[in-house]
Amino acid sequence: MIVADRKPIQEILAMVKADKKILILGCKGCVTVCNVGGVKESEILASTLKIARKQQGKDIDIDVRVLERQCDTEYVAQIKDIVNDYESVVSLACGVGPQFLSEMYKEKKFYPGVNTTFFGGAVQHGIWEERCGGCGTCSIHDFGGLCPIARCAKSLLHGPCGGSTKGICEVNPDTICVWDAIVTKKMAAGEIGDLMGVKGFKDWRSARDGGPRRSIREELIQGNI
Amino acid sequence: MSELKSGSNLEKVLKAGYFAFTGECGPPKGANVAHLKEKFQYLRGCVDAVNVTDNQTAVVRMSSLAASRLMVEEGLEPNFQMVCRDRNRLAMMSDILGAHALGIRNMLCLSGDHQSFGNHPQAKNVHDIDSIQLIALVKKMRDQGKFLNDEVIDVAPKMFVGAACNPFADPYEFRVHRLANKIEAGADFIQTQCIFNMDRFRDFMKQVVDMGLDKRCHILAGVTPMKNAGMANFMKKFVPGMDIPDDLINRLKGVDQKDQAEEGICFALEQIEEFKQMQGVAGVHLMAIEWEHKVPEIAQRAKVLPRPVV
Repeated sequence: MIVADRKPIQEILAMVKADKKILILGCKGCVTVCNVGGVKESEILASTLKIARKQQGKDIDIDVRVLERQCDTEYVAQIKDIVNDYESVVSLACGVGPQFLSEMYKEKKFYPGVNTTFFGGAVQHGIWEERCGGCGTCSIHDFGGLCPIARCAKSLLHGPCGGSTKGICEVNPDTICVWDAIVTKKMAAGEIGDLMGVKGFKDWRSARDGGPRRSIREELIQGNI
Repeated sequence: MSELKSGSNLEKVLKAGYFAFTGECGPPKGANVAHLKEKFQYLRGCVDAVNVTDNQTAVVRMSSLAASRLMVEEGLEPNFQMVCRDRNRLAMMSDILGAHALGIRNMLCLSGDHQSFGNHPQAKNVHDIDSIQLIALVKKMRDQGKFLNDEVIDVAPKMFVGAACNPFADPYEFRVHRLANKIEAGADFIQTQCIFNMDRFRDFMKQVVDMGLDKRCHILAGVTPMKNAGMANFMKKFVPGMDIPDDLINRLKGVDQKDQAEEGICFALEQIEEFKQMQGVAGVHLMAIEWEHKVPEIAQRAKVLPRPVV
């Protein structure tokens, strides 16, 4: 899923400082799963903003809505009858949400209420980790099912750098060295040979380097499926 | 002597079977050419080639390409370091051509220290290709006279291709395989990380020799003289991938503060003596970090002077 972190409340207060009536728009997708932009978090943010504004002596009128998703136009369209009731909207979806909203309601202001961070998952309650860099040409099967592009700080393709120590990445003591994990797994399986030889130079056109990406499925467009 | 790949002095010395002795010089944090040239003077005549570091520890310095050229002008031979952190494949190939055009004939291909350790941790890194692919790239440009996309190069760059090896990082069992892969990719010579744990290095070299890697590549053992016990402690605690035995720290601590530098040099000299005899070791790479002025003394006492003229 897409993982996001809360934005500091001061940053959100600064965004809406001139507004007296705002909508907080949550999302039931990934940000609900990672506990940052669902029903509960939207209501908490609304309460926090109200209290903070009251302390500033400037009341604010805040409503809360939570859409099924904010990355589909059919759901984003569900606020068309109410969006003009607000001076601005704080979206708690990932970075996709406030953009879909901005594209559909061109005259309105939409603020990102979270910092979108990575594609990953929860390794334990309250801790999420990155797993995928979205490079567009997945080859994790070549690396014991683990991705060195996303998970090695240097995206190395031929083994751990000289800073790998006791299975930990030199860049962050809380991060495993994914190459240590790959090598350990391959050695245990007697498949060290898979890691030898020079890997093909990666074609980054399928990643963000090729420019903003589109995914087109003709059969869906034609309505065959 | 078989046909030379680049014709660099380092290549000739190694191919002639001499015990090579290379040094290192970090470009200045500025455009202070006078200071750089002053450091060159300590290295002149003491080493076969001088590594010119490429924004080492991710701290911005004068470019390694420019400093390498200044070295050529002063009559010393650079070993131009290039890291994968700061350049994509276009910039790499362009700088490799430029290096050759400027008279540079040795290159060391490195991943590069992560920018989070340096003085611009906010920077975006590149890592378009990794160090093993960079080795293969330089080799392809040299031997096939082609760019990565197979277009023909009009005058191919002739580089003696080097790579690094850290036998002290984890997982240890994989380190010799990573070295083998660098040699397979095309490394002509290897310079190891600073060696302090001699037991581990002996064991590592045994694996290297058993696999016959020393016959396919010239391996230079990395030596860094410790200036004092504080430096040893700092490196042990804060520099990832460094293996500094307590014995060495205790040995440095065991003498007066004013004598610790001499004790550090003595340890380095003992290492060099052993490397001269060690099977599979073709030379020493002396990394006297910000201690270039000590290189003439160390080279003299290590009995590696005069350097061969090939």
